[in-house]
Amino acid sequence: MTKSSFSNIQSEYLALIDHNKCVRCKRCIQNCGWGTYSFGGDKILADHSKCVACGRCYTYCPEGAISIVKNPTVLRENANWKEGLIKNIWKQSETGGIVISGMGTTFKYKKYFDHILLDACQVTNPSIDPLREPMELRTYLGKKPSRLDVGIDDNGEPVLKSKMPPQIELQTPFVFGAMSYGSISLNAQKAMALAARALGIVMNTGEGGLHDDLVPFGKNIIVQVASGRFGVHRDYLNSGVAVEIKIGQGAKPGIGGHLPGEKIGADISKTRMIPVGTDAISPAPHHDIYSIEDLRQLIYAVKEATDYEKPVSVKVAAVHNIAAIVSGIVRAGADIVYIDGYTGGTGAAPNIIKDHVGIPIELALAQVDERLRDEGIRNEASIIAAGSIRSSADAVKAIALGADAVAIGTAALVVMGCHVCGKCNTGNCSWGITTQRPELVRRLDPEVYGERLYNLISAWSHEIQEVLGAMGVNSIESLRGSRERLRGVELTDAELKALGIKHAGL
Amino acid sequence: MITIDAAGMHYKELNRLIREGIGKGIKKFFLENINGQYYIGDGIKGDDIVININGTPGNDIGAFMDGPTLIVNNNAQDNIGNTMNAGKIIIKGDAGDVVGYGMRGGRIYILGNAGYRVGIHMKGYNEQLPVIIIGGKVGSFFAEYMAGGIIVLLGLNDSDEFDGEYFASGMHGGTIYLRKKIDFSKYSKDVELYEADENDMIFLKKYLTEYADSFNIPYEEIGGKTFYKIVPSSARPYAHLYTSG
Repeated sequence: MTKSSFSNIQSEYLALIDHNKCVRCKRCIQNCGWGTYSFGGDKILADHSKCVACGRCYTYCPEGAISIVKNPTVLRENANWKEGLIKNIWKQSETGGIVISGMGTTFKYKKYFDHILLDACQVTNPSIDPLREPMELRTYLGKKPSRLDVGIDDNGEPVLKSKMPPQIELQTPFVFGAMSYGSISLNAQKAMALAARALGIVMNTGEGGLHDDLVPFGKNIIVQVASGRFGVHRDYLNSGVAVEIKIGQGAKPGIGGHLPGEKIGADISKTRMIPVGTDAISPAPHHDIYSIEDLRQLIYAVKEATDYEKPVSVKVAAVHNIAAIVSGIVRAGADIVYIDGYTGGTGAAPNIIKDHVGIPIELALAQVDERLRDEGIRNEASIIAAGSIRSSADAVKAIALGADAVAIGTAALVVMGCHVCGKCNTGNCSWGITTQRPELVRRLDPEVYGERLYNLISAWSHEIQEVLGAMGVNSIESLRGSRERLRGVELTDAELKALGIKHAGL
Repeated sequence: MITIDAAGMHYKELNRLIREGIGKGIKKFFLENINGQYYIGDGIKGDDIVININGTPGNDIGAFMDGPTLIVNNNAQDNIGNTMNAGKIIIKGDAGDVVGYGMRGGRIYILGNAGYRVGIHMKGYNEQLPVIIIGGKVGSFFAEYMAGGIIVLLGLNDSDEFDGEYFASGMHGGTIYLRKKIDFSKYSKDVELYEADENDMIFLKKYLTEYADSFNIPYEEIGGKTFYKIVPSSARPYAHLYTSG
């Protein structure tokens, strides 16, 4: 077929420069990772087709001379033939490719967190003032014993005879979600490592191995084992506080991942332990896991390799039959189950999957917690909830629905300047987050953003303490799975039933 | 040197004893009456450690292993050398499914046949070159997503080297050597077949000799003829599959 360079697709945004304000400092040219700006001899020129509205240029324009606006040249409005659909058809007819993008789905599905309200104390059960009274946020992730054996020592004193299974100690019920070196930059990982250490929480390597610079942060790191087994070896498994077996991801349940060869530079090659320039392909399934029994086999292979000293987490995407799946995972021996809802982020995933596969984390959590309680195995594993936790309110609601802790990924990247433009897959991130281009990565200062991450999680933790106080609870543990303290608004009976909560007023 | 009688012993206890022995500096282990115990050699380290296994070990022997040698004097089961980093596994019988999944270094020598999903996602890195040599034949889904290292299929027991469907789908690195050519229609579209040249054979001789010695087979019964080699058409088989949204 003959190739045509003509495209129907028009610029999505316009990068407008106020030439009266512009002093031609060219910072926009420097800052834009997409090559939108150039210098035309006497003024700055903008190639609108390259702009993705990542927000870097106007943030760093000293004169406030740039505004990014949605291209007013609209497609004729049609509620059925929405703009995105038409553009996708053009894009695919021009390239023949599967459309991929970064971050989570942009579709407008119902956000259940926004339809759930928290309880508070009034008169009969006093609230607690978190500013004056102890308010426990410390959380332990791992298997809890179903019984404790107590004996008497030589002096006649009672002693605990049961051995506690290994736990991850979190000072506040947050972890950073798994984001690999490759999908994000090393500086972005370092910022999270610094924050995790200062906060007493953990970050997660994702499936890209552990860079040498992060080895000293081992006490605040969960290492991941995914289907590609990149950078996975004995010492890696022992270098963090826990090992996570990644089965699925909320943004792309059921499919694997490809880190394209052009992103495999020398440093990533070393960390993933694969040659420079080859595609890093994570197959959709682990080829040694075709059943719950096979999963058990890998869980215990990891436990053997770590001498039973590390909790093993299993990460899955929230899908239709999640309660039964998690029950199987717990019975397979997982100490932690990480459930990622369908609005979770990704470095790159086909839109067809991202926008149409999976279920909301809120519904998954309630169902999983209920199922595990019914089966008497809720104590066997901790639950981490993820899939766009956007605020401390989301976190509190997730815990009340049944989680032990929540993971934040996109929110952590937003701290680093991410404007959720969703172009992570291109590797041109102007903020130095989802790129490996040295001149872009350099601008992300791990110290600065490590401190901002610390600030965010500290602030959210204080907010959670306020909410707990209002509910008359002095420990986050007491709120876990306490769906009686939640009420729904604007929800159907079926939705309320799935969430295991009553409608407001009842 | 230590001999462990594993009759009726749970794998957890057996592997604890092995780790304990390694911690005490023991280099040679003889495991007797092995009957299905999992994870022998899982996550152990040390180039001079040799574990002799008498009986049939269970799944996942040599998983995450980093240096030691495992010698199985009988058949072995599934998941041999899972994500192995270095070391050697010798199987003096047949092996089950999933041999060398994600293996990054070391050698696995199997005298007889192996099952499905052999060599999936094997990968080389720098001086690390994983090698699998199989005396008999392998089954379906062989060398899927193979990213590095070498696999040699010898077909010594008068059978075809490959008996199944899907050969090297998604292969994007490494080399497969065949002692006999197989039905071309079974190959993936992602790979190309050549006759091995002199350099290939010089390179292979080192491994084939070690293989032959491991099983007391004269080298001439294995080498001494021209092999075929299979290499991926591209290091990036899926580069053109996507477009940015």
